[in-house]
Amino acid sequence: MTAFFQTLGMSYEWAWFVSTICGILLIALPLLLGVAMIIYADRKIWAAMALRRGPNVVGPFGLLQSFADGLKVFLQETIIPSAANKGIFLIAPVVTFTVALMAWAVIPFNSGAILADINVGLLYVLAISSLGVYGTIMAGWASNSKYPFFSAMRASAQMISYEVSIGFILICVVLWAGTFNMNGIVKAQQDHVWLLNGFVFNPLLFPMWVMFLISGMAETQRAPFDLTEAESELVAGYQTEYSSMAFAAYWLGEYANVLLMCALNATLFWGGWLPPLDIPVLYLVPGIVWFLLKVLFFFFVFSWVKATVPRYRYDQLMRLGWKVFLPVSLLFVVLVSGYLMATGHFA
Amino acid sequence: MIHVIAFYLFAVMTIASGAITILSRNPVHSVLWLILAFFNAAGLMILVGAEFIAMLLVIVYVGAVAVLFLFVVMMLDIDFAELRAGFVKNFPLGMLVAIVLLAEMVLGIGAYKAGALQLGTPDGTAAQPAGTTNIEAIGALLYSRYLFLFEAAGVILLVAMIGAIVLTHRQRGDTRGQKISKQIARRPDEATVNVKPEVGKGVQL
Amino acid sequence: MTAAQLIKSFTLWEFVKAHWLTLKYFFKPKATINYPFEKNPLSPRFRGEHALRRYPNGEERCIACKLCEAICPAQAITIEAAPREDGSRRTTRYDIDMTKCIYCGFCQEACPVDAIVEGPNFEYATETREELLYDKAKLLANGDKWERAIAANLEADAPYR
Repeated sequence: MTAFFQTLGMSYEWAWFVSTICGILLIALPLLLGVAMIIYADRKIWAAMALRRGPNVVGPFGLLQSFADGLKVFLQETIIPSAANKGIFLIAPVVTFTVALMAWAVIPFNSGAILADINVGLLYVLAISSLGVYGTIMAGWASNSKYPFFSAMRASAQMISYEVSIGFILICVVLWAGTFNMNGIVKAQQDHVWLLNGFVFNPLLFPMWVMFLISGMAETQRAPFDLTEAESELVAGYQTEYSSMAFAAYWLGEYANVLLMCALNATLFWGGWLPPLDIPVLYLVPGIVWFLLKVLFFFFVFSWVKATVPRYRYDQLMRLGWKVFLPVSLLFVVLVSGYLMATGHFA
Repeated sequence: MIHVIAFYLFAVMTIASGAITILSRNPVHSVLWLILAFFNAAGLMILVGAEFIAMLLVIVYVGAVAVLFLFVVMMLDIDFAELRAGFVKNFPLGMLVAIVLLAEMVLGIGAYKAGALQLGTPDGTAAQPAGTTNIEAIGALLYSRYLFLFEAAGVILLVAMIGAIVLTHRQRGDTRGQKISKQIARRPDEATVNVKPEVGKGVQL
Repeated sequence: MTAAQLIKSFTLWEFVKAHWLTLKYFFKPKATINYPFEKNPLSPRFRGEHALRRYPNGEERCIACKLCEAICPAQAITIEAAPREDGSRRTTRYDIDMTKCIYCGFCQEACPVDAIVEGPNFEYATETREELLYDKAKLLANGDKWERAIAANLEADAPYR
């Protein structure tokens, strides 16, 4: 894209700047629109599994429900509690929202269709997802209210705990792919097992995928791990004191994070923009279609789990993270690297 | 051009947020400014081509260490008046530490410029083997030349971790914990029993 | 713990089963109806909004016997009575406080002339509290509006009374 803007007579710096801004907008705007639709889809799926209809009044099939909600929230008054730490209180939702969008820079939508093709892509994702804690913890502290504070404590402990096992799971993927570059990881999955594109079809990496899916739910605080907003205990968690657009920023950020986790599942384990089978005919379909289909499928899985599994207790959550996932993922790091050494993968 | 802008942006932000970390009255604000300083330091690392170190800085310091800082600081009950009362008393000591640090820094930079240690090139850019990425270069060094040091560092951390667990872990005899595996293993047919009691006899439980 | 239980635990068998169940429910027809456009059938005995009925010739049925006022457990009904110009005893005031009413249906049970009835209407939410303090005119208007449905319901229920 930089080259295209250079042909319009810009210097290299300006062309780079303009093309990067265009790239960001090209990802962020459809993403925000997608988040609005995905909230609607979430409600519909959840409703269908409870034999309900879900939103069906605003627009055809209720498709515009999220926009109606957005408009309602937009017109509301922003209430700042008098005892709140005003600056941090207002920065916190912005942090959550920004961080949720930042990680998308290294997600490959197609071969080469990636905003920042850096060779530490996966580390970048880990770094950004570890920043996500701050939006929550700042909100909890700045609200100066006990339930948000408890919720922030829970959220940060939960996210740090599951980041550890996610790190080990990703090491297995990186060992097999031999690169931290997201596009490289996708390409490494081509024809992985008998014409199947994707690490998930590998018996050694399949359990890792299951754990990554579950850890992803804990990391994004989705049900069954939504203890941070366990409404029977903590009112609405760290969002309790928020209203209006600040609340909406949390909402959007949360779902953008969920979409990111779906995209990571698709990219790291299910072959990203590659078709599921390594057959030339399937490559006629553009890679972005395969990628989006996979993301949507994983979003369905996330909603499906939300509709099925009851909420965990906090000690069960911690037990699962530290006593089950951490040892098992460590074991698989040993198994995977041992297998790769034995078969001479690192020539 | 863009390098220069980026460098001065990151550098100024690092120093400014570092200064505000010290000057800020509220300890939680201090930690948040410290996080911003870490973040901008990571940006500087990227500018010198050490993207792996930059990512590690964010993951480890911003993602984990600073969160623990925040945890501790948020839990503290700090009396600001008392803190400020000790300022004059501790001022000479603080100045002494500052002078020592400054002297060490001058010495360090002087020795580095003299080029005796051969850790990097004297003009400040990191020495990078041609044709390899950052991660490969670090990995190759870490697992060949510095393997023993690397493993030793790992063992030290392990010992520290075990020590912390030993110091804080206490077994209480008077509590009944949940045995999850036992609960999961329980089946309906062994949990319930059907009896037909004779009239007036009752049942043995 | 037996081997079967170990396998079940590590393959997350219970979760797989649960998700299979919810997936089946996902494709089932919905249990809820599309409310403002679809409505459930109501029993003829349904006790909804009150109405004062008239005879077919237009004469109001209520004879101001005050039995309904007497039996009302929530004391929601207030009646004042006086002779009309033609000398017949009629109510000058018949108020029902719908915010007090508990919809027990005792008033229509007590009424000797089937004047006060609880009709099939249940969609009479108002914006203000005052609108729920019904007077005689409102109740008679309700009766005129719902007469056909009320009459049909009373007829359907008559064999069981």
